[in-house]
Parts: sequence; structure tokens; C-alpha cells
Amino acid sequence: MSEASLVWAIRSGDESAMATLYDRYSSLVYAVALRVLSDTGAAEDVLQEVFMQLWRNPTAFDSGRGNLGAWLGVITRNRAIDGLRKRRPETDIADVVVSVEPDMAGEAERSRAMEKVRGALGGMPAPQRSALEMAYFEGLTHTEIAAKTGEPLGTVKTRIRTGLQALRKAFEA
Amino acid sequence: MSAHEQFADDLALLALEALQGNERAMIEKHLEGCSACRRELERLRGDMALLALSASGPAPPRRSRERLLKAIAQESRAQKTTARRSSWTFLPWLATAALLLVAGFFWQQSDRLAQRVARLQDESAQQQAQLERAREIVSTLTSTDALRVTLVAAQSPPQPQGKAIYVRDRSSLIFLASDMPVLPPQKAYELWLIPTNGAPIPAGVFKPDARGSATVVEPPLPAGVEAKTFAITVEPEQGSSTPTMPIVMMGAGE
Repeated sequence: MSEASLVWAIRSGDESAMATLYDRYSSLVYAVALRVLSDTGAAEDVLQEVFMQLWRNPTAFDSGRGNLGAWLGVITRNRAIDGLRKRRPETDIADVVVSVEPDMAGEAERSRAMEKVRGALGGMPAPQRSALEMAYFEGLTHTEIAAKTGEPLGTVKTRIRTGLQALRKAFEA
Repeated sequence: MSAHEQFADDLALLALEALQGNERAMIEKHLEGCSACRRELERLRGDMALLALSASGPAPPRRSRERLLKAIAQESRAQKTTARRSSWTFLPWLATAALLLVAGFFWQQSDRLAQRVARLQDESAQQQAQLERAREIVSTLTSTDALRVTLVAAQSPPQPQGKAIYVRDRSSLIFLASDMPVLPPQKAYELWLIPTNGAPIPAGVFKPDARGSATVVEPPLPAGVEAKTFAITVEPEQGSSTPTMPIVMMGAGE
């Protein structure tokens, strides 16, 4: 089932479509939540919450502006960081728009995209990769990263920017 | 147009939600007026989203799937029940509101139609009455059964003259007068039908115009009275039930 058909089916209240969606993306969602929270119970809760949000508000995802896998990844990351910081959810899921090229609807496409990302991260200098991961998975600001690593603010900023550029290049190649 | 280089670092941090304070406020202010930087931010958010793919680990426990599907099924049932319940409670109000609206509409329409029908009926009745009256007048004037009477004054000139045209079967009477003498104040002429048997019957009160002319058309009369003569007296303006002498004009059928 294509991603668009899946979203339509969920919008029409098709529970089996939700099961298909879960089977397709639950590993990604759980992995992100677990990476952020480092707690299986809390990660399960985020997993549940993310899919329930989509079930309750399926129109929040705009299939014309990005793919569902990347969108779920961002929603999950935001929710997990809110949980990590013990704060109420700050972002409305309908406000999250992810313009990303790689198609992740199929198992094979997802695997290829993962390989590219991991390859790009693996090719980065360790401090750059670390700065990027601290910002993404720990939800740290550049000031917090600078304080934690003892590096100048400007260096942290540049590392993050060039790190994102490297990821982009990996998919442009 | 490309994004502003001086904002490149801050845009990347903003995409990661890693920018706070004044720096965040400044870049957000800049973004309001710079579409190139807004586009770049959107691309950077896409790049940032790819980072999720770097996360790896064990698959979620099987119970998570069951938990989710159970929650979805329960929520679906609850929604259906709520929808059903709400539709039951809502239905009578909806029906009442609809009925009131429809009733109001029809009441307005019906009221408007009723008023129109009443107006048309009035007009029709008036026209019918006028038509009937005209027919009777024509019939009286042209009837071969009509008794034609000419009343003249004893002296001359000018000779007051009255013509009464009477159809007994329809109790229809038309009276035309000319050269009638001017009346004293608060007085009027009264026409009398004097039957073959019985007392004179009032047949209309009239006042002549400036030229002395007057008409009495279809005065109310009892049915089928045989007229012996017609007479005119001078009476109070409101008329009398019995003639006051003298008779100023009179005449019998020709």
C-alpha cells in the first residue's frame, strides 16, 4: 500500500491501515525514542503516543509536503525530548513539516536511506558528529553543547551546519 | 536568490531547535522578510529529519503493537458510541429546530397567501356586485315589463320632472329627476312607492344637484310589490317612514 493510500485509509478510520503503518515505522519511532530517552518503558510510551496522535489527528500529516517516515521521526524526536526535559509538548504535530527527498515507504528504500545517513555520520569527524547528535538526540542548544564540550560557540555552530550539509550531500550524490 | 551566509549557522541551529535567546529572536525576525532563508530553513529541517534514520536498536516489544491496536479499537468504539449517543440526544433538537423553521416558513407563506386570497376575494366580490348592479340597471331600463312613469309639477316653466323605472319581480327601481326646485335647509326629497294595497313605501331619499337633477338607484324595497303610483314629498334629511304632506310630485304607470 502506498503511503498516500495508507494515510487516506487512516483518515477514514481504517484500523488495519494503522496496523500496517505501525509495522512499517514502529522500529524507526522506537529507535529514536529509545536513543533520546535511554529507557525502554518511556520509549514505549512515546511510541504509543506518536501513533495515537496520528490516529486521532491524521490530517496533521500533509503528504504533499514530505514523507511520513521522516515526519514521524521528527514528531518522535520532539516528543521524546519534551519527555526528557519533563516539559509539556511544545510543538503541535500539525506544525511539523518535513521536506525530505528519500522515499522511505518500502523496506528497501528505508534501508538504503539509513545506510546513507549512517555513512555520512560515520564519515564526519567525531566532534562534528557528536555536536550534531547532541543537538538532535539530546535536544541541547548550541550554548549547552559548547558548555558540555568546552568548545567555542562559533565552532559548535559551524560544526552543526556543516554536519547537516554533509547529510544533504549524501542524498544528492 | 540564495540564503544569507551570515545566517547559515543560525539557520542550521534553528532547524535542530538548538538556538535560544536573542540569537533565535534575531533569526526569526530576519526570516519574516527573507524567503530565501525560509526555504533554506525548510531544507535544513529535512536534513535534520534524516538524523532519525541514524538511530538503531531493538524492535519495539510485541506488546506495544497490541497495546496500540487495542487503544485504537477502544477509541473507535468510544467515538462511535459517543456519536450514536450524541446523535440520539441531538436528533430531537435538530428535528424540533427543523420543524420550527419549516413551520415558520409555511406559516409566513400561508399568511401571505391567505392575505392575498382575501384581497382577491374582496376585489372579486366588489366586481361581481358592480357587475350584477350594472346588469340589473340595464335590465330595468330595457325591460319590456317596466312601468314607466313621468312626474311633472303642476305649474310650468321650468317643469320639474321625474322618471321612475320599476321592475316589480326584481324589486328594482331607478328614478331620474330634473329641474327639481331647491330645497329648504336640512330638507331632502323622498320618493315613495304607493302600492295598490297598503301604506306608501319609502323608495329613497335624495337631494338634487345645482342643476336640479337627481337619481335614486335601486333603493331597498320589499319584494314583488305592485306599484300603483310613485310620489315625492319633502322630508327631513334623514328621511321619514311615512310621507309628510303635501305631495310635491306624483305619477302612475303608463
